[in-house]
Amino acid sequence: MSHLLEVRDLEVKFALRSGDITAIDGIDFTLDQGERLGIVGESGAGKSVTGFSIINLISKPGFISRGSIYFEGNKISDYSDSQMRTIRGNRISMIFQDPMMTLNPVFTIGFQMIETLRAHKKISKSDARAIALEKLKKVQIPSPEERLDQYPHELSGGMRQRIIIAISLLVNPAIIIADEPTTALDVTIQAEIMDLLQQLCETEKMGLILITHDLGVVSQVTEKIAVMYAGKIIEFGPTDQVVHSPVHPYTTGLIGSIPGSTAPGEKLLQIPGMMPTLSNIPEGCAFNPRCDLCEPICTRKTPPLEKKQNGTMAACHIKD
Amino acid sequence: MFAFIIRRILQAVVVMLVISLMGFAIKNNIGDPVRDLVGERVTPAERAKMADDMGLNDPFLIQYLRFIGHAVKGDLGRSFLYNKPNLEVISQHAPATIELLMGTALIIVLISLPLGVQSALQPKSKLARFTMSFSTLGISMPVFLTAILLIYVFAVHLQILPSFGRGETVDLFGNGYWNTGFLTRDGLEHLILPCLSLSSIMLPLFIRLIRSEMMEVLETEYIKYAWAKGLSPARVWMVHAFKNTLLPVVTVFGVQMGITFAFTILTELVFQWQGMGFMFLEAVQRADISLLIAYLVVVASVFVLVNTVVDIVYGFINPTVRIVGTR
Ligand SMILES: Nc1ncnc2c1ncn2[C@@H]1O[C@H](COP(=O)(O)OP(=O)(O)OP(=O)(O)O)[C@@H](O)[C@H]1O
Ligand SMILES: [Mg+2]
Repeated sequence: MSHLLEVRDLEVKFALRSGDITAIDGIDFTLDQGERLGIVGESGAGKSVTGFSIINLISKPGFISRGSIYFEGNKISDYSDSQMRTIRGNRISMIFQDPMMTLNPVFTIGFQMIETLRAHKKISKSDARAIALEKLKKVQIPSPEERLDQYPHELSGGMRQRIIIAISLLVNPAIIIADEPTTALDVTIQAEIMDLLQQLCETEKMGLILITHDLGVVSQVTEKIAVMYAGKIIEFGPTDQVVHSPVHPYTTGLIGSIPGSTAPGEKLLQIPGMMPTLSNIPEGCAFNPRCDLCEPICTRKTPPLEKKQNGTMAACHIKD
Repeated sequence: MFAFIIRRILQAVVVMLVISLMGFAIKNNIGDPVRDLVGERVTPAERAKMADDMGLNDPFLIQYLRFIGHAVKGDLGRSFLYNKPNLEVISQHAPATIELLMGTALIIVLISLPLGVQSALQPKSKLARFTMSFSTLGISMPVFLTAILLIYVFAVHLQILPSFGRGETVDLFGNGYWNTGFLTRDGLEHLILPCLSLSSIMLPLFIRLIRSEMMEVLETEYIKYAWAKGLSPARVWMVHAFKNTLLPVVTVFGVQMGITFAFTILTELVFQWQGMGFMFLEAVQRADISLLIAYLVVVASVFVLVNTVVDIVYGFINPTVRIVGTR
């Protein structure tokens, strides 16, 4: 096993009253030690579900219906819940979207940090407190000592997200999964938090899976990109390649819609139409109703994710 | 926190003033202290003189201030029915009612917490389903019916529990004021049926409240995050979810115990329980207005006190309230 994390043919379904819907439809990707991967795509594409399925925490009617996930050579998709707890928050940490909702309002920051450490390590409370303090310093929070005894509501959103980053550093994470970690913050803070995350991943040699809508952020922070559409990865490759010479028409559209990607004064491109809901994904390529290049084969056959000329993987019949 | 406590206490004082004013106004209008004192066999002239001596013809405000002045010193007038100071009558009946309420609160807490939490964590289990249907039944059954049913089953039919009075009590402080039923087996047995019927009103409500609060909390982001941190189920449920569940429940508990108190009157009647409710009914029957008003003032003070304490306790468990209070 050479990869730190390997997701193979992952399929996730939600058991709804009207029947099962497939939210993740057979995706593959890998992550190596210290590598940073971005997952981008429209709302509902399945980015968050992908992130949560790695630590087996998909919300209720959801379940992994096929495929496997390997972490450090172990098939963690077969782990029991108690085995999984030795991974969660310990080897794989998560950062959620809204720092205002992520911390428990009735416990102090110190309490929430110390309990995390003590869930994974046999150490005394005072040792745990010392480590918590050290990590708070690492995320450059002002007056870290005071923070330990404060409650979440006493801190701003940016500070809370720093604290959550500190929590994810507490034990010895190999991977941080950050699900839109800056969406709920204002723009100046967003950049600070992203810088901090990137810097920490570099110094601590941690892998990062950055889930976001924002191709701009991803292109600055990550080395690889997976573009998701309707539960599938439709393009996967080195960030530079994907951003500068995208293959899939959907990726091209996404990049065209980033401010700054077109000449000043020119209209931003926009992908016409909307992503289909999971219950009525069109036959063939899920993107075909919105695609300029659509040909008869696109409505009949699902394109496989395959290597294209520029070295990236893409799922498109037409482009190569 | 300090400012918050002061503010709550000031609010409590204002509420008490309003209530005492209402109580006094009633007493002033329908009560007849002269009759309370000497009965009917006195001539109108003598009555008028007595009324004058007692200051009953003074302006309303002066009389009210005098009433407050006495009340603060612990003098709430005399009961002609018992021929004792009202406060003494009330405080002799209070322990019985307090013990009834304590037993009821204990039953509610001991049963609703585990059942509410269990049915939130395993809503599809047999126990949870049973709890839910049983509590539906409990909610729709009036207290007197529950009481009579309990008496029929346990006292009349099975004959294993007493249904009348307080049984054997122990004088707690040796001064005759607090006779407790908690220290003897007989006293405890006498508590069971009245407490069960009294708790039957609030118990289903609390089970449902705890269950729905807990289910809501379990869906929150911070609980999902607690799982993502790798915490054990015991910790996620009993520490993270439980404390957030309790917050609203504590406030509701304070209010509901107030309502439960109102039901003690009925319960005490059914079980011939010599408490404040029993005393109240007697005072109503014999038109002892003075005692009734004293009862009103005492009960209102207790309510205000309990609510204030509950709010302050809530302030301690919920850090966000504290901040609001100190601003
Ligand atoms: N709890 C749930 N119950 C039912 N379906 C769900 C649930 N959570 C997710 N889904 C389905 O999975 C799909 C993917 O959801 P996911 O949250 O991964 O989207 P996303 O790409 O993260 O979108 P966003 O950018 O809005 O966060 C959704 O379109 C939805 O149909
Ligand atoms: Mg999402």
